[in-house]
Amino acid sequence: MNASTDVIVIGGGVIGTAIARELSQYTVDVVLLEAAPDVCTGTSKANTALLHAGFNADPAKLKGRLNVRGNELYHERIQHELDVPIEWRGALVVATEESERPKLQSLLEKGRDNGIEDLEIVEGERLQDLEPTLHDDAIAALWAPTAGLVNPFELTAAFANNAVENGASVELNAEVTDITETGDTFRVETVTGDIEADVVINAAGLYADEVSAMVGVDDFEITPRRGEYYLYDKKMDVDVQRTIFPVPSEVSKGIVVTPTDEGNVMIGPNAEEVGDPTEKATTREGLDEVLAGAQKTVPDLSKDDVIREFAGLRPAIKETGDFRIQIEREEPGFINAAGIQSPGLASAPAIAEYVADLVADLRGDLTEDPTFDPHYSGPPKVRHLSHAEHAALIEEDPDYGQIICRCESVTEGEIRDAINQPVGARTINAIKRRVRPGAGRCQGGFCQPRVVEILAEELGVDETEIKLEDDGSEVLIGETKELLLAENGEEVRADD
Amino acid sequence: MSTETVEITCIACPVGCDVSIDVEDGEIQSIEGNTCPRGAEYAKEEYRNPTRILPTTARVTGGVLPRVPVKSAQPMPKPKLEDAMVEIAAVEVEAPVELGDVIVENVCDTGVDIVATRDLPAAEDGPKAVE
Amino acid sequence: MTETEAEAIESTQSAAAAESAIRREEHDLVVVGGGPAGLAAAQEAYDHGVDDIVILERDFELGGILQQCIHNGFGLHYFDEELTGPEYAQEFIENVAERGVDIRLNTMVEEVTDEKLVYAVSEDDGLTEIDAEAVVLAMGCRERTREALDIPGDRPAGVFSAGTAQRYINMEGKMPGEKAVILGSGDIGLIMARRMYLEGADVEAVLEILPYTGGLTRNVVQCLEDFDIPLRTQQTITEIYGDERVEGVTVQEVDDDFEPIPGTEYDIECDTVLLSVGLIPENELSEGAGVDMHPVTGGPVVDDGRETSVDDIYACGNVLHVHDLVDWVTEESMIAGRSVAKQLQGDIEVREEPIEIESTGAVSYVVPERISNVDDDREELPLYLRVYAPMDEVFVTVESGDEQLAREFERRAEPGEMITVDLDTEALEDLPENRLTVDVVPKEEI
Repeated sequence: MNASTDVIVIGGGVIGTAIARELSQYTVDVVLLEAAPDVCTGTSKANTALLHAGFNADPAKLKGRLNVRGNELYHERIQHELDVPIEWRGALVVATEESERPKLQSLLEKGRDNGIEDLEIVEGERLQDLEPTLHDDAIAALWAPTAGLVNPFELTAAFANNAVENGASVELNAEVTDITETGDTFRVETVTGDIEADVVINAAGLYADEVSAMVGVDDFEITPRRGEYYLYDKKMDVDVQRTIFPVPSEVSKGIVVTPTDEGNVMIGPNAEEVGDPTEKATTREGLDEVLAGAQKTVPDLSKDDVIREFAGLRPAIKETGDFRIQIEREEPGFINAAGIQSPGLASAPAIAEYVADLVADLRGDLTEDPTFDPHYSGPPKVRHLSHAEHAALIEEDPDYGQIICRCESVTEGEIRDAINQPVGARTINAIKRRVRPGAGRCQGGFCQPRVVEILAEELGVDETEIKLEDDGSEVLIGETKELLLAENGEEVRADD
Repeated sequence: MSTETVEITCIACPVGCDVSIDVEDGEIQSIEGNTCPRGAEYAKEEYRNPTRILPTTARVTGGVLPRVPVKSAQPMPKPKLEDAMVEIAAVEVEAPVELGDVIVENVCDTGVDIVATRDLPAAEDGPKAVE
Repeated sequence: MTETEAEAIESTQSAAAAESAIRREEHDLVVVGGGPAGLAAAQEAYDHGVDDIVILERDFELGGILQQCIHNGFGLHYFDEELTGPEYAQEFIENVAERGVDIRLNTMVEEVTDEKLVYAVSEDDGLTEIDAEAVVLAMGCRERTREALDIPGDRPAGVFSAGTAQRYINMEGKMPGEKAVILGSGDIGLIMARRMYLEGADVEAVLEILPYTGGLTRNVVQCLEDFDIPLRTQQTITEIYGDERVEGVTVQEVDDDFEPIPGTEYDIECDTVLLSVGLIPENELSEGAGVDMHPVTGGPVVDDGRETSVDDIYACGNVLHVHDLVDWVTEESMIAGRSVAKQLQGDIEVREEPIEIESTGAVSYVVPERISNVDDDREELPLYLRVYAPMDEVFVTVESGDEQLAREFERRAEPGEMITVDLDTEALEDLPENRLTVDVVPKEEI
């Protein structure tokens, strides 16, 4: 790791990587520090994956303004620049009781005030056409065609990879342990070494309060809020076309039913405050609440065809309920990008733009780098190719002809690509996030041994060193026979 | 004079009778609970000299796989299974291996050999899992 | 596909050039899958006159799941001796090799169409479109996952399906853990309990949600009792916990509706959870080809020749229904192989109206579901069936109208064991109605 740089970004979630990429278009040196072995391992990996239209955004709050701007940026820039699945499926806020109609109207008006285009109240046949799976009791809905969905794993990896292609560096396994002031710079101490910078940006998600406190800014607290989800098999009969919200009540936003970019259906989240930023276990009660909530709008859903259940934590600042994105310290500079709960994903590019402006304020100016290339392409997706296209690809590289994950049709070539990206995958889950082996209905039962083998070969390590995610998550403990020989060492030697 | 009752689940067929054997000074006095003659025969043998086929693997170098499946060529005394595992664990054979090759002779002095249960080609001859 | 992706493809290959990259071949018979089902079907088809056969196998060798089933207990019916999985497989591998069957390894089938176009990919041959006269689907099955059981908790390393652990241990020579809890007492769970134990790991318990084991008695004795591994019935895992690696599981007793009973929770410390909770026929390709599926078996609906609802597409082995013994897979696949051979040689006599076979009462399913051929070569026609729950001393009956065609006594019928009833084919010629009903009747009611 370099001993000094211009700007340090702490945290490799979608916010940190978006900021690093944004800054990489200027002539500042940027180093991103991530504690885990991969980017996208915290809040960014377990959420509803939505690009909210912004009709529910409070313009008085920062998150309201950034949501609207973020959605614009996805439409205008991100979807053209980054090779990431983004689909504008639109969202419906569905009323199932007459008493909910006034709320739809107020959401419509709020949305129009926020400048959201094409909002309308739909009912009857038009509503059924938009979403045939809806409950018979659905009487009307707010229709927001500019709402979208994104693959958050590929998005975060694309931000990180594009940032590195444009000169930023991303340091994985670099947990920050302390920040000290050394005159006009901050010295950021990590488990793998120290690094100094004029400006430090805190995008540490669930740990943002701890990082902020390292420079003495300790007037806020992150409260992890757990949300649980079910993910369904692609081939499920219940075919959901749009993102479906119930009408929010005073106490709850309700359970969302949404398609994913890969054609699965996902439901969730509930919301429960937990004390600990590692408390990512799903619970019986929580999952039952999620299913019951989803059935209010789509009654055909059940536990059949569930292929995955998971929980994610949103880093909320309870006191304000808002993002906290501001300059906290000048000379040296410290910027918090904290409290990024929903709609954080939808806001990410706008947050990056906003933070870049703050960095410009701190440094006087930012100079554009003429070599910046905003375009990034990931590995080919064999599952989306025609037979002819696939045949041509195999001619280029035979590794695309060896299918490793049968559920998602992922080839050896794609897996090797994921490992060899600028911010390459180093774990089983990192590969899954980038190119999907193990993300299908058998959940890696078939392909995991093969993924482990390829990963070990590419990294030049033993298979027993391959991890699912963080340190300590090695999937294999050793070779067969070792336990027997260790337990009976003397006997064996005597027999020899 | 010592007497005991030994309970044995018959595995001669899927019915799985619970057979009990009354033993006096090591001599079987009576067998009960079986519903057919095979049950009595099985229980007698299982009491006097329980034996098992031992299926496991042995280490291989230079093969298309790092292990070759093996088994005891005949049923071997049940009390020796775990010792046999340790003896087999210490062995390493070189590919190619052929089905029936003796991997360990007279394992644990039981008179039973451990033999390979498949052909395992050497890596350069045969196909490979992932290149 | 995103726009950039589309652009990337267009820029690298013109459509015409891409088209030419597909290899095209024509063959009489394509067998999808080189496990015991595919091997037996190919062998039997060859022996009945089909010499242009291609087997497409996704693994680096033939034999399928048998190669990792290193335990003994295979072949008692077919070979009349007790073999291990690899030994059983090797017999058939040698047989197809001797017959000169075209074997393509490391080859995955992406699609089978109802026109019997088979799209296969491999590193060596690229993408091949095979125009087949007939197709035998023999893809086998896969394991149910943690998700199918809806077990909440953490998602640490150390949770494996039993089959994945079996591959790691028996083929890759790697240990998945050293202190295991096994959920599910089907044969794979029992076999893996012994396997882990003999390799030096501790096996804390085998848990079974049902009141009885799903495995063979002999496996309970030789895999668990031999090594004092406890089998706990009517218990299940209700939570898995551990930050990075499994640290333990919470276990609960269940009531007769399989609902956990509050207050019965206890924890077991372990670093590994093996799930042996059922197998599902692997039918993505079958569904893609548009064959009709059976709601209970999860496999295609087939006739007596194992032909699916799509002409000239056959299915056999675990892709059709999950078998308890590989011997029955072989027997069934040989029926399919012989039948496809007759079909290809125009030597098949089709009934005017197929005879439908229905399962009633305690019978959960019967394969085949219909008899559509007249087969003079065959004196007996086996029906395979399973029951919903264990029963002692029953008769399996096959009736048409008020006529009884077959009646077989079973001392014990269990859901885990397939029952075979042989029909006398002559009796099929003069039926009171074009329908057979298969039932299981307690002895005292006869």
